[in-house]
Amino acid sequence: MITFTSFPLPSEDAFNGTRQHHPDVAEEIMIDLDDEQDQWEAGGSKLTYPGEALTSSQAYMRGHGTYVDNEEVIASVAGTIERVNKLVTVRAIRTRYNPEVGDLVVGRITEVQPRRWKVDANSRQDAVLMLSSVNLPGGVQRRKLESDELQMRTFFEEGDLLVAEVQAFFSDGAMSLHTRSLKYGKLRNGQLVTIPPILVRRLKSHFIALPCGVDLILGLNGYIWVSKHVKESEQEGEEGFDAEAVYSNQNDTIDESTRAAISRVTNIIRVLASHFVPLTDTLLLEAYEWTVDQEGGAKDLLQEDVGDALVATITSRL
Amino acid sequence: MASRVEILNQGGFRSDGRRQYELRDMSIDLSPQGTADGAAVVAHGLTQVMVSVFGPREAKMRSQTIHDRANINVELNIAAFSTGERRKRSRGDKRILEMAATIKSTFEPVVQTNLYPRCQIDIYVQVLQQDGGLLQTCVNATTLALINAGIPLLDFVCAVTGGVHSTSPLLDLTLLEENDIPHVTVAVMPKTAKVTLVTMETRLHVDRFEEIFRLAADAGKVVHAEMKSAVRARTGTLVAAMGAGPRAGAGETEKDGDGRMNEY
Repeated sequence: MITFTSFPLPSEDAFNGTRQHHPDVAEEIMIDLDDEQDQWEAGGSKLTYPGEALTSSQAYMRGHGTYVDNEEVIASVAGTIERVNKLVTVRAIRTRYNPEVGDLVVGRITEVQPRRWKVDANSRQDAVLMLSSVNLPGGVQRRKLESDELQMRTFFEEGDLLVAEVQAFFSDGAMSLHTRSLKYGKLRNGQLVTIPPILVRRLKSHFIALPCGVDLILGLNGYIWVSKHVKESEQEGEEGFDAEAVYSNQNDTIDESTRAAISRVTNIIRVLASHFVPLTDTLLLEAYEWTVDQEGGAKDLLQEDVGDALVATITSRL
Repeated sequence: MASRVEILNQGGFRSDGRRQYELRDMSIDLSPQGTADGAAVVAHGLTQVMVSVFGPREAKMRSQTIHDRANINVELNIAAFSTGERRKRSRGDKRILEMAATIKSTFEPVVQTNLYPRCQIDIYVQVLQQDGGLLQTCVNATTLALINAGIPLLDFVCAVTGGVHSTSPLLDLTLLEENDIPHVTVAVMPKTAKVTLVTMETRLHVDRFEEIFRLAADAGKVVHAEMKSAVRARTGTLVAAMGAGPRAGAGETEKDGDGRMNEY
């Protein structure tokens, strides 16, 4: 965060009411006053909108969210200005998911094509899942046969949800996924919540097991899978790699209390997203405990006053 | 003349009490609508339009994909209850199709479509109330919805209608004025003062055109300031809300953030 500084801009009317510092001065201040940074960021000097001239194109390089016209770097989206050395980028506050290699995503099959599936992953184009990048029954490493091509729908069908990793990009920018790990594959025993992708931060692990018997998969594309907890020892695969279980469409029996916990977690995520609060596992846990203390049902959370109270409590606690 | 409403009276006031160059009250709501990537509800006086933007996303029809840029698809729907006399227009209505095509051609040079090859950007325009200046409201609402969806634009597009009553020019006409006097809608990009749309459905004297055109282009800058502050406020709110969550900081800033969040 230390790298973000303001630009030595020609002062314009848009900057009225915000403090302008020489870059060196600004840096010093940010190191000094760490907690003033928040206010400083929200204060407006780092926000921009389409068509605002940011800096000269001779001194700086343009990054995403900007374009060059008349030797000026100009913002093309509304969001926050970020600067790394001489590279200026504008990060849009709300946008579709921008994939990067290695990201964990949750997606939904939209189409079955020859030797590949098309997957909706909240990105600008549908992702591609090649038949060669999924684990097939009968050994993790084996050749793809013609018979596999003919029975692709027994693995994934239109509408199935899956968790996968971004493997590579095609020349037109579409992403290629893979599920070649025992952690990845078809999803069942739960429900999906969709939130703006910017609210999912990169974490050490995107598989979270909450102590209330609920597993979470935080897809970086803003799709979140909330499901019943599966014990480590009972996880499919390991030595045997039970294809039946991995590609099964049948839900396990889920008892009443787990169902309630799943819907409670789902509603917490919805409330946090509607208040634009980024998700973390500690935040979710705090929120879950708070809602249990309040003794309301899961559906009460969606009432506006309860939601506001929840967000007010947990953001002040952290 | 007794039965007709005076467009501009002796004192220089119009039928709704405005002066010649006065614009109507503009209200902007940028809160999210359903599953749309970006949405905006914009009202100029009594004319109200809601726009939802979806995309950039995979084109549903293969034939519509363009290999080197995104395809913009505009659909316009005029609610039956939006006018004085209740009347249902079919979606295939020529006027509606023409207006959708106008909006599309206005935004094609402004949206950076070349960044999203083989994608589609869907713009759904829903007219809720009509009281003149329909096209200007649609254009302004579409600009804001696109910005809200994080779609890169070269600049804002700000539209204003201008008209002329005998020799005196008027701005931002109501339905009453639009029915009576010749008018022209102008959309400008305020930064470069480039014009992306000029359209006229009535006959306007060629000597009057330049004056009105310049006035409308200038008025676009006023609309721009209004739209800019709305976008700024919205972005500021969201950034503040995001900062309030995970970052362990001073209590003061957090309280501040909460107050703003509760507005939504």
